[in-house]
Formats: sequence, structure tokens, C-alpha cells
Amino acid sequence: MDFGLTDDQRQIQRTAGELLAERARPERVREHAEAGRADVELWAELAELGWPGIAVSEDHGGQGLGAIELSILCEELGRSLAPVPLLPSVLAATLIERAGSPEQRERWLPGLASGETLGALGTAVDATAELVIGGAEANVIVLVEEDGAARVLAPEQVEVSAVASIDPTRSAARVEFDPTHPDAGEALPGDVAAGIDRALVAISSELVGVCERALEMTVAYVKERRQFGVPVGSYQAVSHRCAQMLLDTEKARSTAAFAAWAADADPARLPEAAAMAKAASADAGREVTAGAIQAHGGIGFTWEADVHWLYKRAQLDAALLGGSKHHRARLTAILADRLTASTAA
Amino acid sequence: MDLTFTPQQTAFRDELRVWLAENPPEAKPTEGGEDAEFAWRRDWQRRLYDAGWAAPSWPTEYGGRGATPAESAIYFEELGRARVPFSANTLGLLLGGPTLMVWGTPEQKERYLPPILSAEEIWCQGFSEPDAGSDLASLKTRAVKDGEDWVVTGQKVWTSGAQFSKWCMLVARTDSEVAKHKGLTYFLMDMEQDAVQVRPLRQITGEAEFNELFIEEARIPDANVVGGVGNGWKVALTTLMNERAGLGFALQIRLRQLLDDAIAAASVRGLLEDPLYGDALAELHIRCESLRLLAWKGLTDAERYGQPGPEGSLVKWLWSDTNQRLTELAVDIVGPEALTAGTDWSYEFLRARGNTIEGGTTEVLKNIVAERVLGLPRLKVAA
Repeated sequence: MDFGLTDDQRQIQRTAGELLAERARPERVREHAEAGRADVELWAELAELGWPGIAVSEDHGGQGLGAIELSILCEELGRSLAPVPLLPSVLAATLIERAGSPEQRERWLPGLASGETLGALGTAVDATAELVIGGAEANVIVLVEEDGAARVLAPEQVEVSAVASIDPTRSAARVEFDPTHPDAGEALPGDVAAGIDRALVAISSELVGVCERALEMTVAYVKERRQFGVPVGSYQAVSHRCAQMLLDTEKARSTAAFAAWAADADPARLPEAAAMAKAASADAGREVTAGAIQAHGGIGFTWEADVHWLYKRAQLDAALLGGSKHHRARLTAILADRLTASTAA
Repeated sequence: MDLTFTPQQTAFRDELRVWLAENPPEAKPTEGGEDAEFAWRRDWQRRLYDAGWAAPSWPTEYGGRGATPAESAIYFEELGRARVPFSANTLGLLLGGPTLMVWGTPEQKERYLPPILSAEEIWCQGFSEPDAGSDLASLKTRAVKDGEDWVVTGQKVWTSGAQFSKWCMLVARTDSEVAKHKGLTYFLMDMEQDAVQVRPLRQITGEAEFNELFIEEARIPDANVVGGVGNGWKVALTTLMNERAGLGFALQIRLRQLLDDAIAAASVRGLLEDPLYGDALAELHIRCESLRLLAWKGLTDAERYGQPGPEGSLVKWLWSDTNQRLTELAVDIVGPEALTAGTDWSYEFLRARGNTIEGGTTEVLKNIVAERVLGLPRLKVAA
């Protein structure tokens, strides 16, 4: 039992944290969010550092590192809210790498790993995905359909129309394809579910970063803000809420760490671990960022205070690939199967 | 990150597992009340002792195995998994012994440690008082020096096992002139004297797990001061820090077993297909797993960095809250019959109500998290 990061992993964490603290300052995030565009300079820099391909195999131009390293980056990106399309790109890459054919991997992964190709992942109902994060500028889109199958589509095979989500730190689009058309993308022939579970680990890690930042901002604020002559953080109604925010965050962090570890070291446990991580982090993301707005009082409800970006990011991430209730329903099925197996044994 | 046991830890676990499988405790007595139950637990501890399993985390020089904190956690997980009773002298093994190892004189260690291990002398804990619960340092039991002895008068409460105990870890005020934390001294009080009266404290489950102690001029020789006069707060903190360290792992496994029982009960009634029950059970599963991860992370971080992370304060809070939710859900699943007196669920349901109070109330734990982990300012209260 060892929850510690290796020296290399710690180095990645430190470098990423320092870089984003410098390059994705709140005012810069706000500037891009308000203008509704990605930070292309920062994206170029991250691509140069190999971030988009951190977990893509070396054969396909990536760094060949694991889910733990990817989750470290996602956590830092969530913490900073950097307006770059890293998460949607790595989600697409994860699905293609895990479930794609050799030809599909060869075609898409090198570009996704280098950052030259932008990816996006969405869920489609009746051949339409109403909100695909990163879809507007994506060069490759993976859509998961109702039956659990997934297909990979190039932009010319879909109709993409930009959509504004409540979170302007990332672009979004409505994506539609014509399933009767002979050229409606290609099915991913492999294990789509395993790909989705790995994607869930990345999303959960981003949510953990969002929670951490929301809690830090809140603690700093309630120490400073005074009412009735004392810091509001000295009132237990406020401080106990902050304690609850920490507990929620740690619940999300511990399950996300377990899922990242399982993705690399114990894939048999990944479905359970990923469902737990996404359920815990989706709930934590929403609760903790809502708590942050509440603890900031009136100022927290203004556009000017930066907490709302975290709140909005948390909603999008929480909804992505299923919210907490969806994943608890998955877990219930896993628990029922386990019970049946143990009774039979 | 490696969330598996090392070969050494696995070997330790397997050795214990085999021993537990081959040496199950006698069945819990159904007659004879508390005395019979206590004798059963004492007998169980003696069997652990004979096989060298009474306190693996104690150093070998004191009769333990010098087990690492991780092995000690495995020990409690396995005891929980095997559903064996708690050792009769749990407080001596977990609190008293380790406190003496830190603060005791060589003579005290030699005199007191062996009979703790063998369950010959049972220990209890005299900390809380009717007017000093969460605010322990405000305790009023007084000890006054009289020749070679201290004379103690006061009242203690929540002393589990007092009726069976030979020694009481007693914190008393020896100086009321100084700040409240500074005037305390830690004693080992002989329970076998008329000046100490034990009265059972009946709790909402109907049983009397705890007692009240009425102390009227009890005598304690000066040689039974632990850690020096006026140093009682520090010594008491050592005891309190040990309080949750190992037991937490056993309680967590019990929680897991209760959850598995609840899932099985839901399955039998077709309720696993009901999304409302399914959702609640899945949430409890997440909490159980998160608890396991947080407890292990706290332990390994403590080994790695020399100090525990924020997890320690969170684990007890999350455990107690989860146990309450779980037993409530179990009653919903099983129906009114779960509330029949004497059933396991009715007992677990009522007993869980104390979880958020004993060993630090949830409100105090939240204060600790807010002040010590998050660094929030403390609300100024009248001294």
C-alpha cells in the first residue's frame, strides 16, 4: 500500500502546477472566456511539452505514460481552468487508443499526441450529440451512441454547429451525422467500455482539481472577509461548511486516485473504480463549487468574482459521460453481479 | 502508487488468516449476561496472547511482534473480517500500553505491560467527566499530595469496562492555579479500593457498555504518576492519538460487512432492482471504499512523511456518518421487523447513534478540520 507519487510523477505535478499558475492566471482565463476563444499560445506550449500525448503510446508519438500521469495533468488543468482543449482531446485519444483498430490508431493518434489534431468526445442520441465539449474546433470526433457502440468521425462526416455552453472556458458544439450516409464515420471495433472508463478517470481528476481550487479560494476569502467584527470563517456555520467541502474533495480525490491506479495496474477493477470516481467527483464538483459561491456571499454571485467559472466547469464535467446517479446505477449492477457470483460460489 | 500489499504484508496477513481459521473463538455466550460475555472476551485474548497475536504492533521486547503500522492495520482488518470479539483488554492494548511505552518509567513498563498483554489486568480510561466532554481540559477531578500518595476525589463518566478493570488511566487536576491544560497529571489508579465506586450507565441500546466512576478520596502512590506531575495533558494526548489508529480499521471492516449484509437483504427482497435503494446502496459502497482508501492513505503518509495528512480527522467523521446512514437504510430495506428488540439490525441501528458522539463528536471533528487542516480562525469564546 503506497499512495505516494514517484519522483518523476511529482516532477510532472510540480512543473504543471508552476507552469499553469504562471500562464493561466485568473485574468488570462477570464479574458479568453469572455472572448469565447481558446488560449492558442498556451496550447502550443503544452503541445510542445507533450501534454496532449502524455498517455498515448510511444508507437503513436506519445509519451507512453499511464493514467496516473494523465490524471496529474488533468487535476492541474482543472485547478487552473486553463482555456485549452486538452481534456476533450485526450478523451478522444483515449477512446481511439483503447477501442480503435490499428488503422484508426495510426491515422489519428500521432496528431492527437502532438496536439496538431484536436479531438472531442460526445454522446449521441439519434445520431445527434447536442453538446460536445471542444467539438467546434475538433479535427476528429468520437461519438458514443445509445447502444454503447462508438464511432470516430472526421469533420467532413459531420455537421458541426458551435453552441455556447454555460462554461465559456471551453468551446462546445452540436454534432450531427447521417447514419444512412455511406460515409458516416467508422465504428471503433474494440472495447469501448474500457475506453470510456479510462476517460472517466481523466474527467474525475479534472473535477478534483476544480474542487481543490474552489476550496482554497473559499478558505482564503472567509479568513479575510469580516462581518460583525470577526472573520466570517470563524463562524462554525461557515467553517463547518468548509470542512464538508474538504471531506467531499477528499472522497473524490481518493476514489479518483484508486481509479487511475486501477486503470494501469488492475484493469479488472476499473469499471467499479471508474464508476465510483465519477460519481464521487461529480457530486463533489457540484457541492464544493456551490459551497464556494455560498461562502463568498453576494460577491460570489457576481460575474466579477472568479468562483463561478469553477462552478460552471464542474457542471459540465459532472454531466460528461454520465452524472453521479448514472454511475451509481452502474455500481449497483456491479454489486448485484458480485453478490450473485459469491452466492453461486 | 501501489495499492496492493507487499509480499511481506501478504505473508503477515496469510499467517494471521490461517491462524484465525484454525483457532476460532468459542461461540458468544447466550446466558450469563455481561460477566459471561466479558469472560468470553478475556478467554479470547488469552488465546491470542498464547499464539503471540494479542498486540502485534507492540515491540518484541514487550511481547509484541514489532509489526509495522501497515501490518497492524492488516491485523485489525483481519480480526474484523473474521468477526471475532474485541479483546477484553482492548483499552490496555491500544491505549494504556502504548502510552506507557512513551511516558512510563522502566519500572512502570516492567510492572504493567506484561499483564496488559495477557489480560490478567484489565484497564479502563478515566478521562471524560459530566462537565468535561469535548472540553476535556476543563476536568475537575482533583488530586492532592498527601505524603507518598495522592488523594483523588471526583467523578468520571463513559468508562467502559470499569467493572472489570484493575487499573484506570486517570487524568486529574493537581494544580488549579495555572492554565487549565497545565495543571493536569496522568495517574494509574488501582480500581480495587472502596473509594472507587462503579455504577453502570445504561445506554439507549439497553445495555451498559459504559460506567460512571465516583471517586471519594481514593489513594494513588506517587510511583503511579505517568510522565511527571503537571504533564498530564501531553500524556493524555498520546493516549487519545492512539485511540483511533488501529481500531479504525476493524470498525471499517465491520461497516463493510454490515453493508454486504444490507445488500444481501435488499437482493432477497428484490430491492436491488429498485433504483432508489440501488442508488443509496451504491453511495454507501463509495463511502466504504473511500474510507478504506483514506485510512490507508493516512497510515502510509504518516509512515512516509512522518505525519498524517488531513485524512485522520476525516475518517472518523465519515465512518460514523456512514454507519448511521447504513443502519437507517437497512431498517428501510428489512422493514419493521428490523426494529424487533434483540435483533442485530435493531442493535446496530441504535448503537450507531453513539458513533457521532464517542471519541470526538462530529461537531468537534469539524472544528479540528476547519482550524488545524484548513487554518480557519477560531471563534473566540469565553475562557
